[in-house]
Amino acid sequence: MVKNWILLFGIIAVFSAAMVGLTILPKLVVDPRVDQVEFSNTFEIVQGHAIYVREGCIYCHSMQVRPEGFGADFERGWGRASEAEDYRNLTPHLLGTMRTGPDLSNIGSRQPSVDWHLIHLYQPRAVSEGSIMPPYPWLFEVVSETARPNREGLSLPEEYRIPGKKVLPTDEARYLVAFLLSLNQEIPGVEN
Amino acid sequence: MIGGHQSEIDSTFQSIRFLDEKARYPVLFLVVSGVFWLLFGSLLALMASVKMHAPEFLGQLSFLTFGRVRPLHLNTMVYGWASMTGAGVALWLLSRTLRVAIPMRPYIIGVTALWNIALLVGSVQILAGFTRGIEWLEFPVSTMIVIVWCILVIGIAAMFMLFYRNVKTLYVSVWYIIAAFLWLPLLGGVSSMPIFDTPTVQAGMNWWFAHNALGLWFTPIGLAAAYYFIPKVIGRPIYSYGLSLLGFWGLALFYNWNGFHHLIGSPLPTWFVTISIAASVMMIIPVVVVAVNHHMTVVGSFSAVKHSPTLRFVVFAAMSYTFVSLQGSIQALRTTNEIIHFTHFVVAHAHIGMYAFVTMMLFGSCYYILPRLTNWEWQSHKLIKAHFWLSAIGIILYTVPLQVGGVLQGLAMNNPDIPFMDTMNLTIPYLIARSVAGVLLTVGHLIFAYLVIRIVAKVGLKPEIPGVWSKKIKEA
Repeated sequence: MVKNWILLFGIIAVFSAAMVGLTILPKLVVDPRVDQVEFSNTFEIVQGHAIYVREGCIYCHSMQVRPEGFGADFERGWGRASEAEDYRNLTPHLLGTMRTGPDLSNIGSRQPSVDWHLIHLYQPRAVSEGSIMPPYPWLFEVVSETARPNREGLSLPEEYRIPGKKVLPTDEARYLVAFLLSLNQEIPGVEN
Repeated sequence: MIGGHQSEIDSTFQSIRFLDEKARYPVLFLVVSGVFWLLFGSLLALMASVKMHAPEFLGQLSFLTFGRVRPLHLNTMVYGWASMTGAGVALWLLSRTLRVAIPMRPYIIGVTALWNIALLVGSVQILAGFTRGIEWLEFPVSTMIVIVWCILVIGIAAMFMLFYRNVKTLYVSVWYIIAAFLWLPLLGGVSSMPIFDTPTVQAGMNWWFAHNALGLWFTPIGLAAAYYFIPKVIGRPIYSYGLSLLGFWGLALFYNWNGFHHLIGSPLPTWFVTISIAASVMMIIPVVVVAVNHHMTVVGSFSAVKHSPTLRFVVFAAMSYTFVSLQGSIQALRTTNEIIHFTHFVVAHAHIGMYAFVTMMLFGSCYYILPRLTNWEWQSHKLIKAHFWLSAIGIILYTVPLQVGGVLQGLAMNNPDIPFMDTMNLTIPYLIARSVAGVLLTVGHLIFAYLVIRIVAKVGLKPEIPGVWSKKIKEA
């Protein structure tokens, strides 16, 4: 019986040590830094973040720039090394582990065009030849050319147009783009 | 006494039949449920794999977009196939090595049913877009807590077996399984707590959890199976008790600290990451120790893999464990991580761990356990062989090209003169190879599922062929 308890105690002790070391300690070190900052998260940005999560963008796009000299992130113009404060305190975290597509830490500065992002989300290959990014047509609605005369459809290249129809972004598409444009290291998500 | 449990067990054949009878329904329910999720996960895997080189494939359907299918593939394989079958195998191993009948059988059957329902609900949630959004933890917290609770109940049964055992010595497999049943509920509980509410800290928790799910749940169960089946099938005791002890406590000490090697270069304080790199390298000790222990047990009897389907799968899995763990230690070094981080290399590495090691180990265990639980024989030794080769060739065809592609991708990514699009384009042939490999693996799984259905349902006449291959038996 003593042997049982020694085994159980050892198993829980080694676990607890690492649990404190890798989850609680980082929390004690990093959280106070982030807590000092006030983030300007608009409704659109928060919604856009949720859509980014929902569509699983994280499985192909990282959101962490490695420091200069480690990899070529800096040389590729993806921005400076990421800081804990860059993430606007939006969870779930989006650091990512995969770069099938490029890093998005600074995408709002690298590609500030709303129209480009909308077309790219509707049909990535319309603006980025050879891309393997999935299309997200459910963030858009296809309506007749004459419907809603005050709204202009996406200016798609010829091959992706549907005759007699125009493509309008839904609110979800606009939120997602608002979030992408908020990913900008030059305008820190910091006020005060 | 080294291998003392074996003589104790073998001398009481009658009581073993009793133990297996008691184990029948809970273990079979867990294994059959696991096989269902294996097939479901394979379908999702094929979809996700094809989408990576044919992005318009099912591209108009929101619930089948890559970003939802891929995480669901991982979650059904991990919390469905590997966890359920693994829990079943672990319970059976405990019953055998502790010589005590599985207790709480109605509860185990009940929570297995609940577990299946939770997986089903979680699958709908992820496809509908209600993901938690954290890799390896995509099921919403409420769903995940149900799954963890189910495993906790099975773990309580395991603790009862430990305390009411009928043997004096604890065999090495028992240490691993008891640890696994304690670690997983702890991991699941801590990771579900709402205290990780800032992004960077949550990323740390994310990889602490994800790496430990493999290291502290699947790895112990896999190694417990290896420690049981290798000596059992060969008929020789394990080489060294001392090495077993060193291997177990080495794993327990070092694996716990490995997670942050997924975050090299991230904004987390560097010293945490460095601890994980050091621990990852230290893992070489328990891994080599276990490899030596297994090798010295098999040496001289290696030809037995020709005759035993169980041993063939188990030896393949044990060798994969050594390989993937040493590869992992090297991957964790900053120099190599700079190249392979963010590439398909890591995806392939994860599949060597979860497939070539864990899944192959579970296949091998099932081939041994199921005939004993059902009092029936496998339908066809040819189909078992076909399954083995489809799985073995499939996983090699999956991982070797993808790791080559991953290194090329990483080298290209670290050369700023190469346009980013080219780093993606160069991986396409390797991604197509993966889809081909995925088809082979899926065909293997279909064969396995067919064999499991036949043996569990006892379809047709009782097959004459025992679960051992040899020329003599084939001619007979």
